[in-house]
Amino acid sequence: MTTAVEPRKPPRVSGGEEVNGHLEELRVDPIGLLERVRVECGDIGVFGLGGRDVVLLNGAEANEFFFRAPEEVLDQAEAYPFMTPVFGEGVVFDASPERRREMLHNQALRDKFMRGHAATIAGEVEQMVAKWDDQGEIDLLDWFAELTIYTSSACLIGKRFRDQLNRRFAELYHDLERGTDALAFVDPYAPIESFRRRDAARVDLVALVQEIMDGRLAAGQPSDADRDLLDVLMSVRDEDGSLRFTADQVTGMFISMMFAGHHTTSTTASWMIIELLTHPEEHQRVVAELDQLYANGEEVSYQALRAMPWLEASLKETLRMHPPLILLLRVAKEDVRFREFTILAGEMVGASPWVSNRIPEDFADAERFDPSRYLEPREEDRANPWTWIPFGAGRHRCVGSAFALMQLKAIFSVLLEEWALELAQPPDTYQADLSKMVIQLQQPCVVRYRRRDRSAEGTRS
Amino acid sequence: MRVTVDLDLCQGHGVCESEEPSVFELGKHEQVTILDERPSEELRAQVQAAVRYCPTSALRIIEEE
Repeated sequence: MTTAVEPRKPPRVSGGEEVNGHLEELRVDPIGLLERVRVECGDIGVFGLGGRDVVLLNGAEANEFFFRAPEEVLDQAEAYPFMTPVFGEGVVFDASPERRREMLHNQALRDKFMRGHAATIAGEVEQMVAKWDDQGEIDLLDWFAELTIYTSSACLIGKRFRDQLNRRFAELYHDLERGTDALAFVDPYAPIESFRRRDAARVDLVALVQEIMDGRLAAGQPSDADRDLLDVLMSVRDEDGSLRFTADQVTGMFISMMFAGHHTTSTTASWMIIELLTHPEEHQRVVAELDQLYANGEEVSYQALRAMPWLEASLKETLRMHPPLILLLRVAKEDVRFREFTILAGEMVGASPWVSNRIPEDFADAERFDPSRYLEPREEDRANPWTWIPFGAGRHRCVGSAFALMQLKAIFSVLLEEWALELAQPPDTYQADLSKMVIQLQQPCVVRYRRRDRSAEGTRS
Repeated sequence: MRVTVDLDLCQGHGVCESEEPSVFELGKHEQVTILDERPSEELRAQVQAAVRYCPTSALRIIEEE
């Protein structure tokens, strides 16, 4: 007679004795919590979040299980309650894989659109640096958050809409991103300052979009070449002739389209600069690569952006060490088994890019910034498809990953070719602000810029 | 060589089609169709580029004797 092994509940991490479990720890020190689950529980462990349990998976085998699970088993749509007040009711955080592919197909992320985007992005950077003096200072968060509002709106919605935006839109958008306190898992409308600002910002954004829509209605039809996504949405009318989509609905759509690519790209660009400036040898290597590539006054083109292994490797290493999302979540729709453990329907299930990207068995000297790990023959990203996961993996893998890497390469092509950068603060004062689910840099995070003088560079060490 | 695709991973970006349309077809579809599972050696460079630049690492080349 064989004895069936009774499925068990996964082990629980220490702490979290309060009513809301580990919520307070997640709000203050999420990395400490996620790392402790790995240390104490291994590949599968539980922490409490409000009245719910979150089963955190770790390591290649558990991550593959997580990322390959079909929608009917591990569902993403309900897993991010903190996004509902940002997007507005009725705009879901994520769509089914089929719908995502359809959106990818229709919405400018396909390979054939990338060539045009490369030039658009380079143009936006040129426009921002045109306002610089020969030397000065920028706050990385403010600067990249503004730039990436312009690039993502220009590429995803259209140039006409982008040209009607200014810094104010970026500031309001930032308040939305700051309104992602993990407290939303318990009460998305709790009376705290960051939620109040989030809701006020959304109201102001709707007013801005309303103003733009009113202006367009008054001005009449644009030429076909100028038409953007907003014009398309405004051309949809109900039977009585009124606009099908209100400013509120349009704003919700635009916020959600831009959301996944905004803070992620902006924060990665900032960390890339900090990592390069604290690793002078890698910095030199990247600048030398660009100098050689653009030596003949070549344009920032799609083809050029492919041929920069050191810049690409440095971006990947920045993403590995500073993944913009540190906790990916799903909701179990049915009881599901992993090894000898049962995950119950209704429980949340998580994977952590932060923890996975640092697993010492997969990433040699994991705490070291080492872009050479992506070059042949190591290629540690390809070798570890289920643990090198700054973009997630499997069916929900970020559909914008190719766009993101292309965008970052275009940004650095312009910046590093024309400008020399240096830290303006002690290196250890550049820190992540982990108090929100959307992780950004703590301010101040200032760097100095100076126009490059190549004739002088040869003699400087 | 033989070319395979993992359809759990393919998101239909179309990079492979840009590299070698005689082997990879996306068209208006949501996932790639491999038109020629055993492409000739002359296409090796293009097929390798398709594998290398696939944004989701969904393609593989399997060497056959």
